[in-house]
Amino acid sequence: MSKFAKKKDGEVPAVSTASLPDIVFMLLFFFMTVTVMKDSSVKVANELPQANEIKKLEKKDRVITIYVGAPTKEFAKTYGTEPKIQLNDKFANASDVGDYILMERAKKSQDLQNVLTTSLKVDKNANMGLIADIKLELRKVNALKVNYTTYEGDAFKN
Amino acid sequence: MARRAGAPEVSAGSMADIAFLLLIFFLVTTTIETDAGLDRMLPPMEPPTDEEVIVKQKNIFQVSINKSGQLLADGELIQLNQLREKASAFLDNGGAPSGTEDYCKYCKGKRDASSSDSPAKAIISVKSDRETKYGTYITVQNELVGAYNDLRDRESQRLYRKDFTAMEAEYLNPETEPSVKEELKEKVKRIQGLFPQKLSEAETSTSN
Repeated sequence: MSKFAKKKDGEVPAVSTASLPDIVFMLLFFFMTVTVMKDSSVKVANELPQANEIKKLEKKDRVITIYVGAPTKEFAKTYGTEPKIQLNDKFANASDVGDYILMERAKKSQDLQNVLTTSLKVDKNANMGLIADIKLELRKVNALKVNYTTYEGDAFKN
Repeated sequence: MARRAGAPEVSAGSMADIAFLLLIFFLVTTTIETDAGLDRMLPPMEPPTDEEVIVKQKNIFQVSINKSGQLLADGELIQLNQLREKASAFLDNGGAPSGTEDYCKYCKGKRDASSSDSPAKAIISVKSDRETKYGTYITVQNELVGAYNDLRDRESQRLYRKDFTAMEAEYLNPETEPSVKEELKEKVKRIQGLFPQKLSEAETSTSN
């Protein structure tokens, strides 16, 4: 009759934590693979506008990024509060954009040089005058593919 | 004397802690990049020529944005949320009379003779003030791309029972199989041909 004898009641069996490292490692590998280390710090306010008819920018090696926005607090003293262009790690004028594009283009391998896209990461409070200047410079060096990088969201909130 | 049989086992109890530490480090440093946006081709710099490109006034949809973000579309003051509708109506107009070479079979617009002849001829031109906010400009660009996408989706649904935007996204995705890509390429190109995106930011001279 002891086949169905009641087990000792009261004590809840402890949950085994033996698989915890595995779970954590799994998460760890996920984050390790999706992490992109920043190669340059953004020195300008860079709140991108929102848009919903957007296309993804695939293949990071074919993208040259130009940041535009008002200098952040620590740089506002030296560079003022008007929107500036940031190329790599330096503030620059619109006239420097062409040289920068040519330099970046020369760094890429031959077969990529014709398919480069210029990603414009522009703060939504910047004004169009500066963008028009950049576009003119880009046209001068024949870098015609541009991408106005935005966040995904409601375009009417801009 | 203590018996030594092989190396003593290393305790794996702290493994979880180490892993957590690393995990938290990567969690904090991760910035998932926002690399998506509106693609645009700039017009090439052409050497100045005497020959000016002449485009009929009725084939141009002029959008101007002033410095306070107000919008003038084809001479009318409109709100931002009306722009998509106006642009769609202009592109889809198909004003060329039937029988002429510009006649647009698939257009469902009003066929108003004073508006655009066909989607292939229709040009949308955006002009902005130097003081216009970039955010407003992007909203306008977004609405214009939206107008094109709406029309392309409509044609794509009619021809292939599938949204153009979905097809294009699949076509551009690097993980798509090459054979599928080849098939999609043809469809995407065809729809793009029906409504070619002609968004101009260059000066165009006009004549009536």
